[in-house]
Amino acid sequence: MTTAHPDVPAVAVDAPVLEVRDVHVNFAGRQGLIASIMGKTAPSARAVDGVDFSLAKGEIVALAGESGCGKTTLARAIMGIIKPEKGDVLHEGTSIRTGNIRDYRRRVQMVFQDPTAALNPRKTVYELVAEGLRVHKVPGNEEEQVASSLSRAGLRPPERFYLQYPHELSGGQRQRVVIAGALALDPEVIVADEPVSSLDASVRGEILKLLMDLRADLQISILVITHDLGLAWTIADRVVVMYLGRVVESGPTEDVLLRPMHPYTKALLDVVPEAGGTDRPILQGEPPDPTRIPDGCRFHLRCPVVASGRAAELGIEDRCRGEDLALRELGEGHLAACYEADLQYPQS
Amino acid sequence: MTMTPTAPPQQPPPPEPIPPIKIKGQRSIAWTRRKLALKRFWAVYRRNAMGMAGLIILVIIVVLALIAPLIVDPTDLDPALAQGIPFSPPSTEHFLGTDNFGRDVFAMVIFGARISLLVGLAATLVTMVIGAGVGIYGGYYGGRIDSVLNAFTNWFLVIPWIALAIVLTSLLGPSLFNIIMVIGITSWAGTARLVRAQALSVRERPYVERSNALGASNWHMITRHILPNVFPVIFANTVLTVALSILSETTLALLGLGDPNSISWGTIINESFEAGALSAGYWWWLIPPGIAIVLVTLSFTMCGFALDEVMNPRLRKR
Amino acid sequence: MSVLEVKDLSVTYKTMAGDVPAVRGVDLRIDKGEVLGLAGESGCGKSTIAGALLRLHPSGTKIEGTAMLDGEDVLTMSPGRLRAVRWFGASIVFQGAMHAMNPVKRIGEQLAEPIIVHKQADEKQAKVRVGALLEQVGLPARRMEDYPHELSGGQKQRVMIAMALACGPSLVIADEPTTALDVMVQAQVLKLLKELQNDLGLAMLFITHDLSVLVEVSDRLAIMYAGKIIEEGPATSVFEDPQHPYTKALAAAFPAIGDERFRRAPSGLGGDPPDPMAIPSGCSFHPRCPSAFDDCSSVNPPLFVAGEGRRAACLLVEGAHAGAKETTA
Repeated sequence: MTTAHPDVPAVAVDAPVLEVRDVHVNFAGRQGLIASIMGKTAPSARAVDGVDFSLAKGEIVALAGESGCGKTTLARAIMGIIKPEKGDVLHEGTSIRTGNIRDYRRRVQMVFQDPTAALNPRKTVYELVAEGLRVHKVPGNEEEQVASSLSRAGLRPPERFYLQYPHELSGGQRQRVVIAGALALDPEVIVADEPVSSLDASVRGEILKLLMDLRADLQISILVITHDLGLAWTIADRVVVMYLGRVVESGPTEDVLLRPMHPYTKALLDVVPEAGGTDRPILQGEPPDPTRIPDGCRFHLRCPVVASGRAAELGIEDRCRGEDLALRELGEGHLAACYEADLQYPQS
Repeated sequence: MTMTPTAPPQQPPPPEPIPPIKIKGQRSIAWTRRKLALKRFWAVYRRNAMGMAGLIILVIIVVLALIAPLIVDPTDLDPALAQGIPFSPPSTEHFLGTDNFGRDVFAMVIFGARISLLVGLAATLVTMVIGAGVGIYGGYYGGRIDSVLNAFTNWFLVIPWIALAIVLTSLLGPSLFNIIMVIGITSWAGTARLVRAQALSVRERPYVERSNALGASNWHMITRHILPNVFPVIFANTVLTVALSILSETTLALLGLGDPNSISWGTIINESFEAGALSAGYWWWLIPPGIAIVLVTLSFTMCGFALDEVMNPRLRKR
Repeated sequence: MSVLEVKDLSVTYKTMAGDVPAVRGVDLRIDKGEVLGLAGESGCGKSTIAGALLRLHPSGTKIEGTAMLDGEDVLTMSPGRLRAVRWFGASIVFQGAMHAMNPVKRIGEQLAEPIIVHKQADEKQAKVRVGALLEQVGLPARRMEDYPHELSGGQKQRVMIAMALACGPSLVIADEPTTALDVMVQAQVLKLLKELQNDLGLAMLFITHDLSVLVEVSDRLAIMYAGKIIEEGPATSVFEDPQHPYTKALAAAFPAIGDERFRRAPSGLGGDPPDPMAIPSGCSFHPRCPSAFDDCSSVNPPLFVAGEGRRAACLLVEGAHAGAKETTA
């Protein structure tokens, strides 16, 4: 039961709705009492280590990467739940540090990974959706607003759900309640952290379709955090790939997923399971930890280009191992941070 | 055979009767649901033998305490007006014998229940207010506030409460109010610790984060999310604390720090000791108040355990 | 001869709320060296089957049918024989296995436990065998001195696989072994499983909700819904050409990147998998089925032949309705 969705290109506006500028988030290292008495300091984890990107109005962007790459931390920094060490998040041009944080919280909403945990089990659906309205003292008829949000999120007729408790609903319905709670505040941006990964597979499509409808009908920009590139293929306009706290590649979905430039993106695409067996090249080891980020290109220790000797052949191995590098635009809106890609797509 | 496709209906949960669309209507029906939840709670509690036994004993004692003024003749309690022969063993006239003033021990035990229970409940209230307040505040805000409050709590936990209670009572004087405050002040730390742990855990839950993301203030999150979820822990702890408070009052009374103007089980036992009941063998004076204390403590404890089992289904026997 | 042959297996849990029919008549067959993938979502009964095959369910659970493991019926074995068969004849790799290890015992000790319990070897020989097992799953033998918390998630899962192989079983049941892992680690573990299965000629029952993973490792696929198997056949052909509407919906949840049909076209089913205590009448899938019609609510379809080596439990598949157009909602 597929319904092809009309192509909705992102509408370019003067200021992007959200802009992330050189954000750094560190978590202090933990260490024992004796070590701190002896004056040692544990290395801090650089969870987000300098990220720039922007989100335009009505755009759906997928922030992809494995666990530990910093995407969840970045999402929380964008929401203002975590304060970055350095850098800033701009909402329609105004920094969230200086702007009105309450107003920001209204206009940028979050949808959580586990809808069961995100809903207070003692509250009814009505109270859960109305919570945001009450917190912000939104004027108007509360009941109408709740009903309209529930309908918009696909729970119809809304009255039937007012007095239900979360445990009486299915997984998909719970996620719709979370979305309704976010919609009640008329947001401009929804940050969805793994919105479907804890739902049954056959139900995921419905929630994804809902997100796309919200974008089409209300021009809500959506930032989806996910580890699933298939999800990005399904709904995203642009994909941003993160590794160890940095963006390593970003660009339009078709470009990044079908013509990837960075070896990490290629590796991620290679391991998506498919018929035909397990004969593909797989990266070895686990991602190194954010307290010990390698010198040079942070991916070089696992990079197949370095490992296979190709980097040496191309004469870039020293730079891979020693010189840190930034994202470069190597195609139309398609950026990557890789010395090999630089050579392949020389800038004119 | 024709094929008529049916539109896939949403899997419908059994529909609730649709209420009139008025907010007041919503709230009152939410209350109906809460009453239903209470009924369900009672149905489960009823099946718990220990809980029911405790509850029955408790109800009997409380009822006796409440109707005490009706069934006890005040002259039986006044040392100056008592009619009985001092130190007489149990008889048909004096069910549990008499004390050194000729007062009826049975009457005193029943009347004593009033003070003992009152002190127990009031001291528990003080304990709960201070303990829950400190625990929630520290647990929720974390950081330096929590470090300070936690250190404060630990300080109170470590001090032997008897020593502190003796000092405070000696300083303040042994009135009923002071005793209640002293017991409260020396007992709140245990509750604070428990509540803090629970508050810490609830604070991390995703629905609190959601509330934060919605833009809620700290006050909103504490009152709407943390408090309701910490409440079951507080409630179960309260029940046990009452038992402990009653024991504390008894201990203080035994040490001579009880209110000399009121009759509680502790003061009865204290007076019996001072009159040498133990060596003289006046068991009817010494033992009944002791049994009463044991019964009350036991019944509160049994109810507390039963509550734990009911509220935490994992503890129930399969 | 088949390693596992299950006929008409039914498992009913007894709970305070009543009887819960988790599995309602399932037939399975796995030959030596074959991997059967069992797919389905929450409440379909697939994990229940895993437990039932080694009789791990609490006593009081009603289990009917036969489950022949190497020719012996597991369900009617005496407790003594059952204990001997557990781990020796068939073993399980559990979901969330990282949490299944005792945190205060070294890996080597835990690996040696089944070997020693089954009197396969004394302590010294067990140690040698443990070393060999670790090497087999790609970990250096010296790691047997480590504690579980010193290993990463992927490494712990490898240890669980080693544990499953410890007594040389003929059947390995893998219950969602890669669900909690990152994609990269998942790929490594899948590759390892496939290699081991090939090298050792194991029969494997691979249970998961992730169809794409199954397609990669299985020879044959069986899809479960509401306690029954509703489609089965060779893995690739079931995935690429599903016959049952539920399989179609499930397959659509794992789109191939680059497939234009799925670009900006998410598709999913409404509702939720049915509660085992409230299974719809007729075909259990009909309330959510986009192609349902009148008969579906009253007739419970058995598995019909749906192609070469394939079967599906859907009235649409039964030849009687061939020729009628399938309508989409």
